[in-house]
Amino acid sequence: MTPPQTLLEVKNLKKYYPIRGGIFGRRVGEVKAVDDISFFVKRGETLGIVGESGCGKSTTGRTILRLEEPTGGEVKFEGTSLTRLKSEEMRRMRRELQMVFQDPFASLNPRKTAGEIIEEPLRVHGIGTARERKEEVQELLQVVGLDSYHTARYPHQFSGGQRQRIGIARALAVKPKLIVADEPVSALDVSIQSQVLNLLEDLQEKFDLTYLFIAHDLSVVRHISDRVGVMYLGRMVELADRDELFDNPLHPYTQALMSAVPIPDPEVKRERIILSGDVPSPSQPPKGCAFHTRCPRAIKICGQIRPEFRDYGGGHFAACHLLEDGS
Amino acid sequence: MSTNAPTMPVGEPEPTAGTEVERESPFRDSLRALLRHRSAMIGGGIILFFIIIALIAPLLLPYGYNQIDADARLQAPSADHWFGTDDFGRDIFARVVYGARISLWVGFFAITGSIVIGSLLGLVAGYYGGWRDTIISRMFDILLAFPSILLAIAIVAMLGPSLQNAMYAIAIINIPTFGRLMRSRVLSVKQEDYVLAARAIGMKNSRILLRHILPNSWTPIMVQGTLGFATAVLEAAALGFIGLGAQPPEPEWGKMLSDSRGFIQSAPWTMLFPGLAIMFTVLGFNLLGDGLRDVFDPRMKQ
Repeated sequence: MTPPQTLLEVKNLKKYYPIRGGIFGRRVGEVKAVDDISFFVKRGETLGIVGESGCGKSTTGRTILRLEEPTGGEVKFEGTSLTRLKSEEMRRMRRELQMVFQDPFASLNPRKTAGEIIEEPLRVHGIGTARERKEEVQELLQVVGLDSYHTARYPHQFSGGQRQRIGIARALAVKPKLIVADEPVSALDVSIQSQVLNLLEDLQEKFDLTYLFIAHDLSVVRHISDRVGVMYLGRMVELADRDELFDNPLHPYTQALMSAVPIPDPEVKRERIILSGDVPSPSQPPKGCAFHTRCPRAIKICGQIRPEFRDYGGGHFAACHLLEDGS
Repeated sequence: MSTNAPTMPVGEPEPTAGTEVERESPFRDSLRALLRHRSAMIGGGIILFFIIIALIAPLLLPYGYNQIDADARLQAPSADHWFGTDDFGRDIFARVVYGARISLWVGFFAITGSIVIGSLLGLVAGYYGGWRDTIISRMFDILLAFPSILLAIAIVAMLGPSLQNAMYAIAIINIPTFGRLMRSRVLSVKQEDYVLAARAIGMKNSRILLRHILPNSWTPIMVQGTLGFATAVLEAAALGFIGLGAQPPEPEWGKMLSDSRGFIQSAPWTMLFPGLAIMFTVLGFNLLGDGLRDVFDPRMKQ
């Protein structure tokens, strides 16, 4: 299951948040934000993760970076188990794994200048002398398409797109191998989204970056990803090469998702799969397949046994009983 | 603006197009707003006036604050004695001026002490949570369960009446105010994405606390500190009044008030001037504190 080019491997990752109640704050339940998911990311590729709000895609990203401590499972980066590192070891490891945040207004400290923000990772990891760091900051600004006189400005003096560029420069500063991009363009204007996406692509080429790209916008994911994973209610339901996934979705949820993408051609008629009901609460996920309550094709077994996430040929993974032999 | 490197996509429109690079920090912004705030400036003026008086007191006065003149007891204000004299014939003006030293000194050290201790405790409680939070927060609750002046009296009664002990007492009773304020600020600031980003780049907790959380949490502390200064001056006067603060012959304003209680009808100036001094000091700090709050937290403005 582990190809040689694997950079990041996620095995049975779980993140449950306790729900506390009663006078004594007893644990009365848990929200299964990420419920046993496994996948790998190859060196140099972009793995897109899509899913609707609350499906656990952001939590997955944060748990991989141990910004949230996982409840269970393992994350391996270049063969090192991140989940087993002591906190100081993990802190040093963060040079290799960086993150770009969704909200460019919240992710920059309002009291620091752009220069200070970008320099901070270098300083934290003790890279270079003060002068070298200043030069590096200038270089980074160039690389992300900002001007050198921007160093002295504060975040509130930038536009959303520019702020996101600062966030990207901060992530790049320590020359990481993997960048987890948590909806990096969803807070931006559509016109600026493409600029930032292009920037991310240019940087990937220039610095041999690997991206874990989290998004809810299918067209964005289709544009930037090499492979795409689909999440539903804390679980990975399907994962395949981009074109394979978009042309030949196997899982009923992915099919419904794809049918909702508008086609810019009024002649084309397509049957849309309308899902009924709401997403169940992750504190009480349905038994068996999490999707069976809304699945138009659910059969008896779907409500009883959780389907296995397995390869249906050519690295096309899915978790669905309908695909298993006999159906 | 669009002079980007050739490989780069074109930069988006500048929000501050036209204006040239100004090094405009959020702090300087606030400072400017404060300078435009009229009542804050009046308050600041009053405080500055008292500070200057306290500093140059010895140069100002023909009489020592403890210079007894038995021939000039309880004299009404005159050209000789601007504020009159008390029952020992001491010049009240001299005593009020020296009293400014005492009140500001007590206020400053008591409030600084409670800010430092309270903020540290609040920072730890808010950031780390868990058992540390439980212990620290319950401690604050215990302190707050007593009426503050009663607690101050109890502390001074334990330590023994003196100006210094009154100062300690005032510092202690104000700790929970600042501690809780800091804790609640930290609780909200630590949820911010930029704190998560700081952790993501591999920053140590201590550095996150000092460089990201503290600078974004201290403004309400400053506002509360200024308002607390006023309370501290009052509390010092109250302790002095009931004899638990400054001891004679120190010219502490509260003490002066209580010493002159007997002459309120025959020589009202003995009471009037120390009373006015307390009033103006408190007013000054309250005005400045309200101004700071308006500037730093515009949502609180009526």
